[in-house]
Parts: sequence; structure tokens; C-alpha cells
Amino acid sequence: MNFQIFMQQLINGITLGSLYGLVAIGYTMVYGILRLINFAHGDLLMVATYAVIYSMALFMLPWYLSFPLAILFTGLVGILLDRVAYRPLRNAPRISLLISAIGASFLMENLALVIIGGVPKPFPRPSLFDKVVDLYGVKIQVLTIYTPLTTIVLLLGLLYIVRYTEVGKAMRAASRDFETTRLMGINLDRVIALTFLLGSSLAAAGGIMWAMKYPQVNPFMGIIPGLKAFIAAVLGGIGSIVGAVVGGFLLGIGEVLIVAIFPGLAQYRDAFAFMVLIFLLIFRPTGIMGEAIVDKA
Amino acid sequence: MDKGLKKTILNISAIGLLFFALWLFDRYGTEYHVRILNNIAVFIILAVSYNLVNGICGVLHLGPNAFITIGAYTSALLTMSPAEKKISFIIEPLIWPLSVIQVPFWMSLIIAGLVSTVFAFLISYPVFRVRGDYLAIVTLGFGEVVRVLCNALQGVTNGPLGLKGLKPYTNLWWSWAIAVITIVVIQRLINSSWGRAMKAIREDEIAAKAMGIDPFRHLLMAFLINAFFSGVAGGLLAHLITTISPTLFTFFLTFNLLMIIVVGGLGSTTGAVIGATLFAWGSEALRIVESPMQIGSLYIPGIPGMRMVIFSVILMVVIIFARKGIMGQREFSWDWVFAKIKRKHT
Repeated sequence: MNFQIFMQQLINGITLGSLYGLVAIGYTMVYGILRLINFAHGDLLMVATYAVIYSMALFMLPWYLSFPLAILFTGLVGILLDRVAYRPLRNAPRISLLISAIGASFLMENLALVIIGGVPKPFPRPSLFDKVVDLYGVKIQVLTIYTPLTTIVLLLGLLYIVRYTEVGKAMRAASRDFETTRLMGINLDRVIALTFLLGSSLAAAGGIMWAMKYPQVNPFMGIIPGLKAFIAAVLGGIGSIVGAVVGGFLLGIGEVLIVAIFPGLAQYRDAFAFMVLIFLLIFRPTGIMGEAIVDKA
Repeated sequence: MDKGLKKTILNISAIGLLFFALWLFDRYGTEYHVRILNNIAVFIILAVSYNLVNGICGVLHLGPNAFITIGAYTSALLTMSPAEKKISFIIEPLIWPLSVIQVPFWMSLIIAGLVSTVFAFLISYPVFRVRGDYLAIVTLGFGEVVRVLCNALQGVTNGPLGLKGLKPYTNLWWSWAIAVITIVVIQRLINSSWGRAMKAIREDEIAAKAMGIDPFRHLLMAFLINAFFSGVAGGLLAHLITTISPTLFTFFLTFNLLMIIVVGGLGSTTGAVIGATLFAWGSEALRIVESPMQIGSLYIPGIPGMRMVIFSVILMVVIIFARKGIMGQREFSWDWVFAKIKRKHT
């Protein structure tokens, strides 16, 4: 493999990894507060892409209006998800919460199947992102540059909210201790709703960029990216926002490079992430940047 | 007559009655009835053994579809004749020892169960190092890995083409006999000291540890038994459907099993049996909503996916509003029946 192909693959990996990272942030935020894997998180990718398709097709919106609207809409779906599926179970055993999450995930997928149908739809990628740049013989689609940049910008924005604002402080407090946070006069349900809003919006941004990279949209498109993003979150250390993005990059680059270096393994690509997960849980369950997981009483 | 003997006689006559009813269906029932009854039996095997891990031990295991797949492939490869295998494996020939072996159906089922158990044992260490959500994802991931392997290892599984033209060995006798055996074995285990230890782990793992219970050993036991019966059920399913492929037993199947045991009542074998029966019957009955309808002059096109919407709504409603399901953690018992009868008479 020569240098140019290597660079090409590395850039592919970075793009894929930044998408995993964006989706992983939502997992890690919800897990930090509720200690719950939001199984339906991956399906929010699908919700966002269909929101874009419909707003562009039905209301003739240009992409720069349709994308933010779809992101907002997905954020609201995230809040609704928490309200309907998780809030009634705040004091229930953990297994009930997880089962409810799985139920919600299947409900969203199959509702989409019923309403929209199972035929894959093409995603209307704005032609702006189709351009190809030639960098010392390495051909790069503009999209592959924008994707990691967007991820970094969104990550910085989120870090600002979490570290330097009042609500961010409330979110960090809630991830430590529910009871004490309540005693401090913080409306916990509102903080959790905000967490879902932020996490789901980032998943929506990830979903839209995913659909621009792989422009075939179907009701089940969110499952595999969702699972891999979760693994990225574990890899980075669950609960850590920076860790989620780092884990996403590592997983994305690893996945692309392994297939590039050993083409014979291409069939096993989807299994790679799970192998990473299994070895991770054996040797370093806390991930790269994670602290030991404490059970919240 | 002492009580134990009385119950044994009642149990045996109930089983006798069940098989008489099956004989009637076998003889006079339609193909549709037989198919539903077979499905009920297979789902009873799957749900009752799945309930041992999820309901009795209280860990969320999301990979029974992996063991069903392994069992289905093992059993199918063992019952096909060498000549059939030669025709089926077009892309890549089947690897040597498998290509010449052919065993009777019953033996293939046992081997299917054992192979599933071996796989379960191999992944048990990473699985039980973690709990809760992580365990759920690892087992789910194993299901995905098995699907990927089934697609990729063409020399063993024939890849995406799958295995076709299996002999329909599975009939009412096979499926129901195994269902009864499953219920008896699992009930005996639950009522033994092993079962009580498993329930202790479910209620409070740290307290159970303090009482000298080794969680790993007990969870492993439940996991392996579940894998064995899932493998056997996979073999039954393969010879019921007669065609298997890597995409046949996906996470959908696990979702259905989860719904069965949640609706029946997590932790109740009786609940699992009731849930399996309702599901197998209900999913046939609900086919109506997915097929086109003609009411007078009004034509309603079929809506694919509607059944799964209904099922997921049922699952969420049960888990949010009626967490105990139909049976809670209670079981059917003859004492309860006697008490009911007595109350009626006095």
C-alpha cells in the first residue's frame, strides 16, 4: 500500500470516526445521568434523516434551513422519548428500564416502516458537498473534510455548555448524585430533558452526515451505527464526553484501516467493533478516559 | 393418598391429556392448526429456558438468537445427506468431516444443543465480567458476530445462500415432547438449591455473595442451560421451516422472546408458557393487519411492520404500567386449583 492510498483510507477513517463520536456523545451523556443505555438512540439518526427528506420534499426548504429544523425536531423526539419511555420508570428496577428502551427502539423503527415503507430512499445531498479536492494526489471529497470539522465544533460547543454554564453544572451534579442534586433545588426532570435534547440533536447531526456519506435511507439504518457508537463510548470511557469522541475516532480509523491493510477481512468488518468491545471488557472495562463505574443507589 | 403421589398422578394425567389432544389435532386438525401448535411448542422451549436467565437470575441476556442460529446450522448440517450437501454447497465445498457425516434427527438435536453450550461456555467469561446494560450489549454483539460468521464462513454455512431443502422431521410429537422435557428440567432446577441461589443473586448480588453463593457459577449454569435448549429449539425450527439462512434468526427473534417473558411475567415459567402460547397464536391471528383487506367496496392495503408496532406497544405498556405481567413471579400449582375447587363447594 502506497502513501496516497494510506492517507485516503486514514481520512475515510477519520470521517467515519467523527460520525461515531457524535452519536457516542449522546450515549455517554444519557448513561452518565440515568445509568441507562438508550437503545433507541441509534434510531434518532433515522428520524433526523427522514425529517430532512420530508422537509425538503414537502416544504421545499433549502438544505441550510432543513438541516437545523431536522436537528431541532430530533431533539424534541429525544425529549418525548424520555417523557414516554423512561420517566415513568425512574424508580423501577434497571432491567425494566432497559426493556422499555428496547421496546422504544423497535417502536420507532417499525412506526417508520409503517408510515414511510421499507423501500430505501435516496438522500438529497446538497451539491455543495460533492466537490472533490486534490491534495498532493490524495483525492478528498469536501464532505469528508466538513464532517470531522463539524464534530470538533459541536464538541467544543457542548464542552462549553457542560463546563461553564449553570445548566451544565446541574447536569454534572445530576450525574453524581440524584438525591443531593434535588436537595439543591434543581429540577431534575428538566435537566434530564435537556440532556436528551442535546444528545439527540448531536445524534441528528451525526445522522444527517451519515446519510450524506451513505445516501441510502431506510427505517433500520440507525441500528448498526448506534451499536458501534455505543462501543465507541465504552472505548473512550463511558460518562466522558471527550472520551466518546476519542473512542469514536479510534474505532472508525481502526475499522477502516484493518480492512485496508487486510482486504481478506472485509467480510468480518461488522464483527470487528464487537471484538473490540469484548477485549475491552476483559482487560480495561473503564475505557481509555473513564473512571470506575459506580452504581447509583 | 399422600399429597406428593396425588400431584404426580395429576401431572402425568395432564401430560397424557395434552398428548391425546395433540393426537386429535394430528389426525383431524388442518395444516394451519398443526403449524401453530408446533410454533407454540418451540416458543415454549425458547421462552421457558430464556426466562431462566432473564427472569430467575435477573440478568438481561440479549443473545438467544445466536444460540438458536448455531443450533439450527449444526442440526441441519448433521441431518443432510452427503449427496445433498454436495449439491447445496456451490461456492465453496463443505469442509471435510462435516461433508460425510449424517446422523439421525434426534442425535442431531442433542449435538446442536451441545455445540450451542460449548459456544456459550467460550463467551461466558467476558459476558459475566460485567452486569446490567453492558451484559446486554455484549450478548447482543455476540448475536451480530454469529451472523457475520455465518455469512463469511462459506465452507461451513454456505454463506448467504443458507441451507435449503431440509427434511421436515419436526412434528407435533418431537416439538411437544421436548417442550415438556424443558419445562420439567427447568422447573426442577428452579426448585432446587441452585434455583434459590439464582433468585438470591437476582434480588441482591452482594448479599448473595456474602451468604457464600458464587454468582459466576450460578449465572454460568443458567446461561449454559439456556444455550442448550436454545440450540435444540434451533434444530427443531430448522427442520420445521426447512430453509435456513444467516438472516433468519436475528435480534427480532430475541425481541419476541423478551416480549413473551415480560408479558407472561418475568421469573415465572407458567408465565413464559402462557406468553409463548399467546404470542404464537397472536402473531398468526394478527397477520390480518398486514394483509390487504376488502371490506365491501373499500380496499385497505396491507401494512407491513404493523404487527411489530403492536408488539412493541404491548411490551412498553406492560413494562411501564403492569410490570408484573400476567403471572408476576407466581407459578401454576395444583394446590391453587384445589383451593379454588374447595372454595366453590363450601
